[in-house]
Amino acid sequence: MSAHAHAPARPPARRRLRLPRATLARTLALVLLGALVLLLASEGLSSYQNLQLADGCYYFAVLAGLTVLTGLSGQISLGHGALMAVGAYTVALLVGNEHWPLVAAIVAAVLVSSAVGVLVGAAGSRLRGPYLAGATLAFAIGLPALAEKYSSTFGGANGLTIDPPAVPSWLGASFPLERWEAWIAGIGALVVVFVMNNLVRSGIGRSFRAVRDDEIAASLCGLHVGRWQTLAFVISAACAGLAGGLLAVVLQLAAPGSFQLGLSLSLLTAIALGGLGSQIGAIWGAAVLVLLPGWSEDLAHSFSLSQKVSANLPLAIYGVVLIVAMLAWPTGIQGALRRIVAIARRSSARGG
Amino acid sequence: MTRFVDLTLNGISTGAVYAAVALALVMIWRATRIVNFAQGGMLMVTTFIASDVIGSTGSYWLGFVVALACGLVLGALVERVLMRRVEGGPPLNAVIVALGLLILLEALAGMIWGNTPRSFPPAFSIRGYDVGGTRLLFAPNDTFIVLVVVGVALGLAALFRYTNLGLRMRAAALAPEVARVLGVRVGRMFTLGWALAAFVGSLAGVLVAPSVFVGPSQFDPILIFGFTAAVLGGLDSPPGAVVGGVVLGLVLSYVSGYEGASLVTLAALVVLIAVLMIRPGGLFSTTRERRV
Repeated sequence: MSAHAHAPARPPARRRLRLPRATLARTLALVLLGALVLLLASEGLSSYQNLQLADGCYYFAVLAGLTVLTGLSGQISLGHGALMAVGAYTVALLVGNEHWPLVAAIVAAVLVSSAVGVLVGAAGSRLRGPYLAGATLAFAIGLPALAEKYSSTFGGANGLTIDPPAVPSWLGASFPLERWEAWIAGIGALVVVFVMNNLVRSGIGRSFRAVRDDEIAASLCGLHVGRWQTLAFVISAACAGLAGGLLAVVLQLAAPGSFQLGLSLSLLTAIALGGLGSQIGAIWGAAVLVLLPGWSEDLAHSFSLSQKVSANLPLAIYGVVLIVAMLAWPTGIQGALRRIVAIARRSSARGG
Repeated sequence: MTRFVDLTLNGISTGAVYAAVALALVMIWRATRIVNFAQGGMLMVTTFIASDVIGSTGSYWLGFVVALACGLVLGALVERVLMRRVEGGPPLNAVIVALGLLILLEALAGMIWGNTPRSFPPAFSIRGYDVGGTRLLFAPNDTFIVLVVVGVALGLAALFRYTNLGLRMRAAALAPEVARVLGVRVGRMFTLGWALAAFVGSLAGVLVAPSVFVGPSQFDPILIFGFTAAVLGGLDSPPGAVVGGVVLGLVLSYVSGYEGASLVTLAALVVLIAVLMIRPGGLFSTTRERRV
């Protein structure tokens, strides 16, 4: 997205339909557009597809935050799955035990995971590259152990279940639960779109980029490198907390099994596949996370293979996709698309 | 008291394995600035090959040697075919390619050998030594593990410190441009570095296999704790990797012995954060820490 903001003004002769220039108006227009798309999509989808849509929405929320952390601020975290767990357990405890309203519980999840993000981010802002990756990796494998240690509160390996969110009566008695869950997750994702779009275009976003590109130059300009990096971590932690809270609502469960190291790693692979530092990249990443497992399962079962092979084929496809995608499109799906569009535009300009 | 001695000795022997994995990661980090998450998959594959060789020939030592040789070849192959393309690029891309390779290797191993873990014979007896009437948990096989890892670590140190080849490898890692001007085949040195690292990794796999069994994802914890040990010691320092491995092995052994195995991962987190807060570049870092 940032490329749009910084693109040089094009010659006025070419009239194109474009979004408003002012950031706030532009973002509001985007959010309304997104809401319309989600609304229409959820009408037409089956209940299973609506659940997938809900999954995609909360994955988008965490990926959008992670893409700010890695793309704008240049930090690599292997621990955002654990931050999602913090959000999920907060919602499960508050809704299940304290009977808080859902919105309040999700806000609380964002606040709690932000607080954890302050701790991890402040500790991590002293660390560079692989050291931060190592510390957050230890965080990702260490935190789920707490759920087992304090099993009376956190429900041990079985986790905590919560009741499905009540569908409001004004939507009618026959309104499917899955569509309502997709709406809830969709609203969460749109809030993230709104906040993040404003953020990356603000002074905060520019400071993140300045710190990422050259720490020394940034600190000479008066930017406190450690503080900006911590802030980026906190913002991404807040997104992860929101995503975790939404996950707990959609799955109606918060259990350590959902937040193994594999989740943190697949989040990282998703932002790299989608394209770093762009929200559209986060959408691609979320789509890959939701759709690829199903597709590769179907593919594996469409051939008559031995059980050993077909059971492992989806995993092999995932590995190959990661390797090939990173070698073929180092800037992710969004980077590749942008390049294709640029080439097409250049050739059409030459032709006309 | 016996329990403490047991836990200490056990910590040293598992720590030696973490140290070997950490050493493999550190060598690759020093040479190419890549954290090789695929190491866990590479050592898994070589251990499976060793298991097959031992199963069909009945000779442990033949399997041992074949695993190490396969490690050398696999390391060189991975660097030359795959990693060469992402070296010097954005660090995240190299991480993702390594993760992709880890996933791919685990899937392939599942296809070839199945997902059910199988047992692996130890080199020597796993019956603990008798000392003054009590039997220790430390067995001749543990002595073997510790001695082999110490021997390999010393051998590598000697290679880097005293040989012309080691000097060229260090030059290629520290200043590739200058080294190239001075006639060092930098690319070849990187390939060799990866081969040696994978050799050490495959050694760790064969050593730890009797206690964790051999399966596609059976070595994931070894990789994670090896990486933790490498970060603990400082990714640029081979002695740091060894010390980090032993420290981590000891701490995890005490925690799991006195507090229960479920807290092991949490203990690893606490130790790592505690060390990194005092020394952000690991125990053996030489660079000045960064102020916040």
